[in-house]
Amino acid sequence: MIGKTCHFTSESGTATVVGVTAQLALDDAGLRRLLHGLPPADQVGADARAARLGTRSIKTTAKAEALDLAVRMVDLTTLEGADTPGKVRALCAKGAHPEPNQPDCPSVAAICVYGDMVATAKAALAGTGIKVASVATAFPSGRAPLAVKLADTAAAVEAGADEIDMVIDRGAFLAGRYGAVAEEIAAVKQACRTGGHDAHLKVILETGELATYDNVKRASWLAMLSGADFIKTSTGKVSPAATLPVTLLMLESVRDFRAQTGRQVGVKPAGGIRTAKDAIKYLVTVNETAGPDWLSPDWFRFGASSLLNDLLLQRRKLATGVYSGPDYVTVD
Amino acid sequence: MSETKKADAKKTEPKKAEAKKTPKTGKASKAAPQEAVVTSPAPAPTPAPAAPRSSVRKTYKLYIGGAFPRSESGRSYVVTAPSGEFLANAAQASRKDARDAVRAARSAQAGWAKATAYNRGQILYRIAEMMEERRDQFAQQIASVEGVNVAAGYAQVDAAVDRWVWYAGWSDKLMQVLGSANPVAGPYWNISSPEPTGVVALLAPARPTLLGLTSVLAPAIVGGNAVVVVAPDAAAVPAVTLGEVMATSDLPGGVVNILTGAPAELAPWLASHLDVNALDLAGIEAGSTLARDLEVSAAENLKRVVRPAAGYDWSADPGLARVKPFLETKTVWHPVGI
Amino acid sequence: MANSAAQSTAARGLFEYAPAPESRSVVDLKPSYGLFVDGEFADGSGGTFKSVNPATEEVLAEVAMADAADVDRAVAVARRAYDEVWSRMPGSERAKYIFRIARIIQERARELAVLESLDNGKPIRESRDVDIPLAAAHFFYYAGWADKLGYANLGPDPRPLGVAGQVIPWNFPLLMLAWKVAPALACGNTVVLKPAETTPLTALLFAEICQQADLPPGVVNILTGAGATGAAVVGHPGVDKVAFTGSTEVGRMIAKQVAGTSKKVTLELGGKAANLVFDDAPLEQAIEGIVDGIFFNQGHVCCAGSRLLVQESVAEEVVDRLRERMKTLRVGDPLDKNTDIGAINSAEQLAKIRTLTEAGEAEGATRWSPPCELPERGFFFAPTIFTGVSQAHRIAHEEIFGPVLSVLTFRTPAEAVEKANNTAYGLSAGVWTDKGSRILWLAKQMRAGVVWANTFNRFDPTSPFGGYKESGYGREGGRHGLEAYLDV
Repeated sequence: MIGKTCHFTSESGTATVVGVTAQLALDDAGLRRLLHGLPPADQVGADARAARLGTRSIKTTAKAEALDLAVRMVDLTTLEGADTPGKVRALCAKGAHPEPNQPDCPSVAAICVYGDMVATAKAALAGTGIKVASVATAFPSGRAPLAVKLADTAAAVEAGADEIDMVIDRGAFLAGRYGAVAEEIAAVKQACRTGGHDAHLKVILETGELATYDNVKRASWLAMLSGADFIKTSTGKVSPAATLPVTLLMLESVRDFRAQTGRQVGVKPAGGIRTAKDAIKYLVTVNETAGPDWLSPDWFRFGASSLLNDLLLQRRKLATGVYSGPDYVTVD
Repeated sequence: MSETKKADAKKTEPKKAEAKKTPKTGKASKAAPQEAVVTSPAPAPTPAPAAPRSSVRKTYKLYIGGAFPRSESGRSYVVTAPSGEFLANAAQASRKDARDAVRAARSAQAGWAKATAYNRGQILYRIAEMMEERRDQFAQQIASVEGVNVAAGYAQVDAAVDRWVWYAGWSDKLMQVLGSANPVAGPYWNISSPEPTGVVALLAPARPTLLGLTSVLAPAIVGGNAVVVVAPDAAAVPAVTLGEVMATSDLPGGVVNILTGAPAELAPWLASHLDVNALDLAGIEAGSTLARDLEVSAAENLKRVVRPAAGYDWSADPGLARVKPFLETKTVWHPVGI
Repeated sequence: MANSAAQSTAARGLFEYAPAPESRSVVDLKPSYGLFVDGEFADGSGGTFKSVNPATEEVLAEVAMADAADVDRAVAVARRAYDEVWSRMPGSERAKYIFRIARIIQERARELAVLESLDNGKPIRESRDVDIPLAAAHFFYYAGWADKLGYANLGPDPRPLGVAGQVIPWNFPLLMLAWKVAPALACGNTVVLKPAETTPLTALLFAEICQQADLPPGVVNILTGAGATGAAVVGHPGVDKVAFTGSTEVGRMIAKQVAGTSKKVTLELGGKAANLVFDDAPLEQAIEGIVDGIFFNQGHVCCAGSRLLVQESVAEEVVDRLRERMKTLRVGDPLDKNTDIGAINSAEQLAKIRTLTEAGEAEGATRWSPPCELPERGFFFAPTIFTGVSQAHRIAHEEIFGPVLSVLTFRTPAEAVEKANNTAYGLSAGVWTDKGSRILWLAKQMRAGVVWANTFNRFDPTSPFGGYKESGYGREGGRHGLEAYLDV
């Protein structure tokens, strides 16, 4: 284990990193040494590997099961300034019964909303087993004082959020203030336990702003060391959002992290995944990188809005042998 | 067997003796002469009759690893002018000399290849400078060995010197002229550059002696190879002198190794030697059984072979025809990403 | 969360990917094929032989066996086409034919890919994504040279050599054909080509493509046959240029055969490439590079990275990761789009691989393969690694030409270089490290014609390829590849 043997202290205060077997105090320099000691990632090689995985051909029964699994992994999302209770309730109905006339169609994993819509969603989903996920910590920019971010988180948890999707402070990360990033994640993790709750924490890296694959790996490890239950690619508000190579790197990271610490962390690509074909490529990548242990909504999610309908269209094509059209799936 | 042993003994004995003697005489010479001057005044010199001075003749030896050994076999052969006049006793190299020469070349090759192209170019140019200084000597030797007039000898030396200068200038241009950056269809940096093939065995032509030798040597070493060259028969005379030039030109020992003697005896050992990477058959008769046999032997470790050409004009512009066969092309790929 | 175990178990079943076979119907196989001489298919005078699908052991087609008389005729026809047509044609016109061939290969890519996988046993993913596109690219690249030879910086007056006799191997049948035929035609030579005995079919389809392209008769002649046919082509006095890709053993025989002649020769022979992994390497990509290096095309690759040299400080981790990765390799039906490792090309090759792997075990190296079910019929061999290998073991210096990797370790860069170069071969090498100056140093030290740094098994028509030492001589590809087909 990396952490067990090294114990860094900082002159300007310590960042307490929780979630690993030992409690660690790491300053920026110590974290830099640790994170920059990860094996580097070669961009061209990683892209080529992801492209290769994308050429797997998934047919017939395997495809049918993959489509259903993908539906069960969807965090059906609405994150708009124009969101209203009506919009959120409609989305919850859609998530619970994506194909109203086909009882064998599974429901989605979660409905993902802004914090002020948590109560509405919670009520709409009562009894369905579908989780409510709330973005928090001044989503999507993350530019707010820590106290505000923690209050944002606590409010969502108090309102009944099962899962919190926080954003990391990319500015601090890019400035090399890894301690600050870690401290914030750890604090938000604490806030997830407000009022005796235990909301799952998804940490959004916003990989599109981290720019390099090496940074994606470092941010993944930093988030995991700081207590993340999931690491998530993107807010969906920055381009590029999720890509297959970035998800591949994150899957390698969670696999390696579990091998070293025994703790399993989930992965959520979000933004830009719109077709069933894309979703299947991600599932293949999960299967062949992190392994089958991650092929479950507990450990892998798609943050998406339009993906669900394409999954449903493909599901019908497989069932009926006929290509369907957008008029035949519900728009919510 | 017994002959070989004898020869070995002959070869090593004088060496040992010399090695032991040198320090002693050194000491003696420091201490003794002054005493001699002080204690016994020199007798007045009596004018002697003016005896004709005997010339000090040069022993023609091999050039291996930067030294000038005799053949380990102890053999020599008589070099005569076309007129039949005695010119010299040259060392007749044996297969063991060839083996030693290959070993010397191999150990020198990496260092020579590692030298900067600028450095190699300067050393080749230095060879030209040193040859120019011995212009008269070479011209005389060529004239006597080839049976041509001294003017023709001078013409050949000049051509040989100019050839060294020409190749000297190539050392730091080969990579630019022969290399390439390759536009592969993908995110890769890709570049091809020439590298020396390693150890090259050269069978120098019998005529023209100095220009022929130069014309096989210079192109083989300019790119970073080390060589073993066989100077046939009478070509030994200018070849050994060229070796002396090299020994005083900052050329690292072992980069050029010169064997004198019979190509038909030495060539098969060089052609079949597994630590030789390439073979220039310039001095072997084109179309001969020997040429074919040598090429067959060379195939055993896939040597690069330059075949002999009938009627080759050694004074013509050589181009890169003898440079390229002794260079490999190495292509390096690397991804380009952030 | 509570039911995650049950779900994962279900998921395991899920990604037993269902078969995804490429359709065979795209290929119209005839029961028998003749020789392609003078623009026409004709019966040979040396009888016939069968080409077998190595994945099923079924006979695909009966093919003519060219004998010395057939070689005589083909060389005479090629000479006539050279003298009367091809060497006289302006380069700009030759170029058009070659461009046309490139285009037809692209148009018939799927058919060629399926046929290649049927005849050779390689996975359709590779024939589809690598062999056939690269073959087309090769023709496209050299087509453009045909009218620019004077700009190739090879000499003031580059001239064609005459008739080229070309003998190619079974590992990349159409791609090796392209490597040989494209530059030969671009430089104005005509061709007599012998494809490998076990993989003649795409070459015969290529003959059809020459017809479709209206290539003048006799410019390309294809003689199917075995070793004797190849020897007759190489030894024919009417052949001016010999190009061979294959084993060092045969290459040596060819070098002896042409000794004393004026034939220009290029040989692309065997290899035992070292793939060097340092402790600062991009490990995930290095693992992919190792896998690509040795399991690409079942390891039937002369430049395969068959010797893995790992820095001792990361050796255990690298081997562990490699084993995990190898568990995801799918071995089986070459026509299944998800197959990573197809069939071994022939029973003979399979026997050779078995002999050498048994030697590896007998010499004390530790053998490991992932659990994988091999098809009952056909020639298959599980991906295999040997650990605890030392330089003295046969598997560390003999070319296995199969999906078998030998793992050795080193401590310092100097030791890595020494071990990497400690071979009679010198075709390729791989280097994995994140440190720029070390990459350049290592690239310089490697005695090999191709050095892949932080990548492996990359090919491109613009990139010269060929070996040092006993891996042969001459270069194919790029500007350098022209020289083999020109008198400069």
